[in-house]
Order: sequence, then C-alpha cells, then structure tokens
Amino acid sequence: MPKQVLIRFERCVGCRSCQLACAVAHSEAKSLYGAVLNGEKPRARVFVHQAGEHKAPLNCRHCQDAPCIDACIAGAMHRKADDTVTNIGGEQYCTACWMCVMVCPYGAVRSDAAGTMAVKCDRECKDDQGVPACVRACPTGALVYAEVDAYSAGRRQGVLLQALGGV
Amino acid sequence: MQSADPAVREMLDEARRRGVETVWDRYAAQLPQCGFGELGVCCRNCMQGPCRVSPFDDGPARGVCGATADTMVARNLVRAIAAGTAAHSGHAKHLAHTLKKSVQGKAPDYPVRDEAKLRAVAARQGLEADGVPAAELAARMAEAALANFSEGEEPLAWTTATVTAGRVQAWEKLGVLPVGIDSIISEIMHRTHLGVDADAVNLLLGGVACAVADYTGCHLGTDLADILFGTPQPVVSEANMGVLKADQVNIALHGHNPVLSEVIVQVARQMEDEAKAAGAAGINLVGVCCTGNEVLMRHGIPPATHSISQELPMLTGALDAMVVDYQCVYPSLVGVAECTGTKIITTMGMARITGATHVDFEEENAAAGARQIIRLAIEAFGARRGRPVQIPQYKSQVVAGFSVEAIVAALSKLDAADPLKPVIDNIVAGNIQGVCLFAGCNNVKVPQDENYLVMARELAARDVLLLATGCGAGAYARHGYLTPEAVGEYAGPGLKAVLTAVGEANGLGGPLPLVLHMGSCVDNSRAVDLAVAVANRLGVDTAQLPVVASAPEFKTEKAVAIGTWAVACGLPTHLGLVPPVLGSATVTGLLTGGIKDLLGGYFIVETDPVKAAEKLFAAIQERRRGLNLATRSW
Ligand code: SF4
Ligand code: SF4
Ligand code: SF4
Ligand code: SF4
Repeated sequence: MPKQVLIRFERCVGCRSCQLACAVAHSEAKSLYGAVLNGEKPRARVFVHQAGEHKAPLNCRHCQDAPCIDACIAGAMHRKADDTVTNIGGEQYCTACWMCVMVCPYGAVRSDAAGTMAVKCDRECKDDQGVPACVRACPTGALVYAEVDAYSAGRRQGVLLQALGGV
Repeated sequence: MQSADPAVREMLDEARRRGVETVWDRYAAQLPQCGFGELGVCCRNCMQGPCRVSPFDDGPARGVCGATADTMVARNLVRAIAAGTAAHSGHAKHLAHTLKKSVQGKAPDYPVRDEAKLRAVAARQGLEADGVPAAELAARMAEAALANFSEGEEPLAWTTATVTAGRVQAWEKLGVLPVGIDSIISEIMHRTHLGVDADAVNLLLGGVACAVADYTGCHLGTDLADILFGTPQPVVSEANMGVLKADQVNIALHGHNPVLSEVIVQVARQMEDEAKAAGAAGINLVGVCCTGNEVLMRHGIPPATHSISQELPMLTGALDAMVVDYQCVYPSLVGVAECTGTKIITTMGMARITGATHVDFEEENAAAGARQIIRLAIEAFGARRGRPVQIPQYKSQVVAGFSVEAIVAALSKLDAADPLKPVIDNIVAGNIQGVCLFAGCNNVKVPQDENYLVMARELAARDVLLLATGCGAGAYARHGYLTPEAVGEYAGPGLKAVLTAVGEANGLGGPLPLVLHMGSCVDNSRAVDLAVAVANRLGVDTAQLPVVASAPEFKTEKAVAIGTWAVACGLPTHLGLVPPVLGSATVTGLLTGGIKDLLGGYFIVETDPVKAAEKLFAAIQERRRGLNLATRSW
C-alpha cells in the first residue's frame, strides 16, 4: 500500500515550515540559501490556514477517484506509477483552464506565479530516505508519511490507551 | 564527525553509553530548524506578531505593521549586536565596580596588582598621573572607566584613545561614534521597537555604532582586568581533558569574568591542606571557556575544554565542581551533573540556573565566598572517592599569555629601540604575508574545531601570522597549535624564520608558538591594540593593513558584535556560518559589499574552510597591493 501524507491537525502550530520546505524542494537550487541567493521564487504546494481556532495544513490527497483527472480536458492531469496525481510529465501540457482548481474538493491546486499553469503537490520532493519535504520539515509531527492502515492503527492505539489505559 | 578533538569523541561515546544527553543530541532533536529564522525574516517585536515574511512570492511580504524583510532582518541583527554589547560591557562594568570597591577599601581581596599597566592606561587616557599615588590614580581610573557607560556628550574616551586617528574620522563621518555604551544599547532597543527605525541601512549604521561601543567595552574589560590582576606574560601549561587528575579535587572555572576565578586561584593554594585532609592529593583547578582563558593567561591554569563540549568533562566522573559566572554557560549542565555527581555552582545573582547550587558572590567578601565554593567541591570529592573515573588521556602542551605588552617585550629583544620594526620589515619583505586573528566560539553546526584547524594550516603554510582569542584559542590549545613544535609542522618558510628569530632572541631555543594566544573574547581588543600600533608606526589606517579576522565557528550574539566591530576597524572578516540575514538582499549586500566603501572592512561568508582561507589570503593580497608590497598567489 503506498504511503500518504496524513495530517494530525491537533499538532500543527502554524509555523509554515512545511510550506517553506515544499517551495525549496521545487526550486532549481534545492536549498533555502541557494534559492534565496539565486533570486528564485518557487511556490509551495502545501497550504497552512487558520480555521477558526485551529491552524491547519492541507495538501493534495492524491484521490483514488480523482475529480481533477476526470475534469482535465487537456489531458495533462494523470496518475503516475507511484499512484500520485500530477499535471506534469504526462502526455499533454496543462493549458491553465483551471478545471482541476474548480473540481478539487480541497482546494489543493493553485496557479503558478505567472498564471500560466496549475501547480499542485507532485511528491517530487522526497529526500534520500524517501520522505516528502513537508513531512521532513514539520517540527511537531503534524504531517506524517505513512500507510493509511498503519496510521489508523496508531490512532486507535492512542485513543484506546486514553480511554482504557487507567482501567 | 562531531568533534575533531579525540577527548571529546571519547566522552561522547561515554555519554551515549550512559544515555546522557548532550548538545549534539539536542541539536539533532531541533532539526529541521525553522527556515524563517535562518533567513532572519521573523519578528516578535510586538504583540500583533509573531510575523514572518515569505522569502518567495508565496506568502506575506510584510509583517502586520508593514515591516518588510529588510526591516526585520536589519532589526534582528542590530538587536543581536546590542545583546552582545550588553554582555561584554556588563563584564567590563563589573570590573570597573570591583576596582572602585577596591580603592574605597570595600574589597580587600582586590589589590591593584599591575601599577605599570595602571600608569600606562592613565597616560593613554590622558589622566593626570604625575606624582599621583597608585591608589588615587586607581580611583580616577575607575571613575574614568565608568564614565564610558552612561550618556555623555562626546565620543567615548576609550574609543578615541585606542584606535587610529583615521578610524575616528571614518566613524565620525558615518555618525557611528557612540556617546555612551549603555545609552547606545538602549537606543538600539528603542530603534527596533515597533514603528521606530524601519530603514535597513540606517538600522545597520546604528548597529555599527553599537558595535563600536562593544569594542569600547571589550577594551575596558581587558584594561581593567590587567590593572587588577596583572598583564599576561608568556606561560606554559597544558590543555584538554587529560589535565583532570583522578586523585585530586577537580574544579572547573567556567564563564567569562576573572573577578571570581582570580580569587579562587589564590584561595585554592591556601586550602590544599583541607583537600588533603579529605583524602585528596590536592586541588586541581581547570578552565572552561573564557574564564578558563583568563586564568590560563595569568596563572597557567590548564583549560579542560571549551564551548560546545562544556558538558563533557563531567562524564569523566572526576569533575567535583564546576563554578560558573556568566555567559556561554549551558543550562543543561545541571542535568548532566545529576548523572555524574558534579556540583554546579552558580555565583552571580543575575545568572542563576534552576537546580544548581548558588553561592552569591560578593567582591566585599570574595575570599570567604571562594572558600565556601572550594569547600563544596571538597565535599563532592569525598562523595566520589573510590568511584572509578574515566579521564581521556589526551592533553597538549600550551604556550599562552601573549598580551601586546608580552609581544612587544619579545620583539624588543630584536630591536630595543623600535620593537615593531622586525614585524614591519618582515611584512614588507613578504616573510610574513599578513596577519589573521581567529576569534569566536565553537558551534554545534560545525564539527568542533575543524574549521579552525584547517584554516590555520592553510594560512600558516602561506606565511600568515596567526593570533587567536576566546574558544578559538582554546581549540588551538587542545590540538597542540600553541606550541613551537607546530611551527615546524605547519608554518611556511618565511613565518617559520620570523617566529624562530624572535623565539631564539628570547632564549627559548626555538620558535614562538604557531598561534599566539592573546586571551579571552574581550581580549580581541589586544589584537586591535597591536594592529593600531603597527598602523601608527607605518602612518596608515588599520583599514589598509594586511590584517584579517575570522570567526569560523561563531555562535553567540557577542561574536556578532565583535565581528561587526572588526569590520568597523577596517578588517575583512570571515564568518564560517551563514548569519541570519539572507532574507534581505539589501542587508546581505551591504554587509558583504557596500560596507567596504564606508569602513574598509566587510564580511566574507564562507562555510568551506579551505575556500575561506583562500578568500582571506586574497584579501590580504589586496591590502598588500594597496601598500605597494609584493603579492603572492594562493
Ligand atoms: S488535486 Fe484535489 S482532486 Fe486532484 S487528487 Fe489532489 S486532492 Fe484529489
Ligand atoms: S508532498 Fe511534497 S509536493 Fe506535496 S505538499 Fe508535501 S512537500 Fe509539497
Ligand atoms: S510544518 Fe507542521 S506545524 Fe508547521 S505549519 Fe506545517 S503542518 Fe503545521
Ligand atoms: S513589529 Fe511588526 S512585524 Fe514585528 S511582530 Fe509586530 S506587527 Fe509583526
């Protein structure tokens, strides 16, 4: 089962380190100092919002039944061999029609700086240990890179310990 | 590699074996560190924040108040300079008050030990001294020193009397001559408050003024310590954890100010019998950080370790007490001490650590306080007696104590009438290409000591004369670079000939050490004194000399302040870590380029030690070219 970027919302402190790391991973220089010194302006594909009392990161869910792929009239949005969804490196180019932006239920697709193509989480950001940049950067463990079942087992364990640990 | 020091590596293995957490573990736990902080683009200066701006076109470009990245970076940097200045000048003020209490008869344990220095400083500062008895002169000296701190109307006496006329002019023209050390620190806090100074260039000029005040505080610190405790003279000792002794009461003196440690050195000699009665073979004082440098320079007390490895001497199981004053003292010491039985003794009312034993030190009762502290160490020895210890068997010989007075005295054996002439002649002839001052700390982000060692080897081989202070000097001490032998190993032919000629003229039967240890971090002022003397003798400004500075492993806000005044003095100044300024292209460009036109000095940021040495060598050659001296390529 492929790993997913899963979010423990209660842990996010809103530091935006994930955004910075995602942007750097999508820069030419691939380093913060290098990108800044080169004057690059890469864009992050993970977003941090204030939702009421909560600070909350969100990025593409790489849906199995992905509306963005169905809606992409140009045929740019596709599923890669590793099961992730991207509009780059496919048979066709993104034409900036913004259909994916309109149909994504999570708002996970944005525009590039020039407004000429859609930009989204592409997982082309993994380090030598295969960990995505946003997950690596998160200081609080709000972002986890795990298989879904392993993640939910962990959550069950936690909640059960809380409920029954003292019994 | 975490450290180039084998003793440190051995103790790190021991820490791992025993599950004791060290600075390296805590650094690993902090990774990744915040990129906004690394770039200097976060601000917590008001309650509308914290704010951070995006370095990319991908997020807010301004704080809530409208502060841009330029404003934030500049404000953060100059606040760091102000903090460093507060630390150094706090140290100097402490000494000035001690001198004052001494002349008032309130601090009997602090006689003026160096009347010659007192008179020399008085002459330089234009104090009326003819026929004035030492006690009266010391009273005037204390008042004159304290007058530098509050706000006056003129530039500070200790600034203008200790640099070249050219520097005073350059600083005056830029408007960076402070009129009070405390007042400029306070002004910086004011300027960096929400809604005051928002212009990055103007803020940086404020930072330079504050750094000039830091220089002034450092110089006061050196002068007053010499007057009270004696001007250092060459001294032979040893360094590294191998100086700990299993059968003695081992006491580490850690921090920065010699006020307490000097008295401990005196009192320890009187308490040998008490230690013996407790079953110890004696009392063994060792140094850590700059308190260690102060007592090494004046008494040959061997340094055990420095900076980031300060927790490790405890892991030997042989350290009975660590007595700390202030600055660079990790709060983590208390946790390690719980595992090893070491007594951590804090001594300053303004610098306490929860969980440590506090002995409130007062100059009025200094000897009694020192006795109480040593007694706590003897007790701790009693508790550990018979327990096995593991002392790493590494120590290096050290020749330290190179005050300017000591260097001039050594040179006068070659030319009594004009002691600086041999140095100048050899710089002109190219046997000495130039001078590099190594200063600053260790930083956990760099393998400990590695940058210092690589750069010293690269520059010495190319005939650059090396000076060192602070924990940089400590690194050279632990690795055997403060020895005549290191000259044979690393110095180029020209440098070797010069160091040998001076050494032999002084009856050493060999060269001076490869690196000259000039003292603690406030003693960077000694290096300025030397540069100013050479510049004045040549009739040029310090900004024209083939003299450079390097802080290859710097860590503290104090180091930021020193680096800035090194630039203000006109020195090309290397930093071995990237300071948190890249978030502003304006600030970065000014510090590494634009400032050169204003002050002559500028920052060279280079994390690779070989490339850094190459860049400093090139800066030296540029200066040689400016003086019409023959140049060399790398
Ligand atoms: S962009 Fe939106 S719709 Fe497409 S895969 Fe990601 S989350 Fe699903
Ligand atoms: S997985 Fe990679 S591309 Fe996707 S949001 Fe995280 S850092 Fe960005
Ligand atoms: S790095 Fe983690 S804590 Fe920080 S904003 Fe992103 S998800 Fe939240
Ligand atoms: S001073 Fe300005 S930038 Fe700083 S925290 Fe306040 S609003 Fe934000």
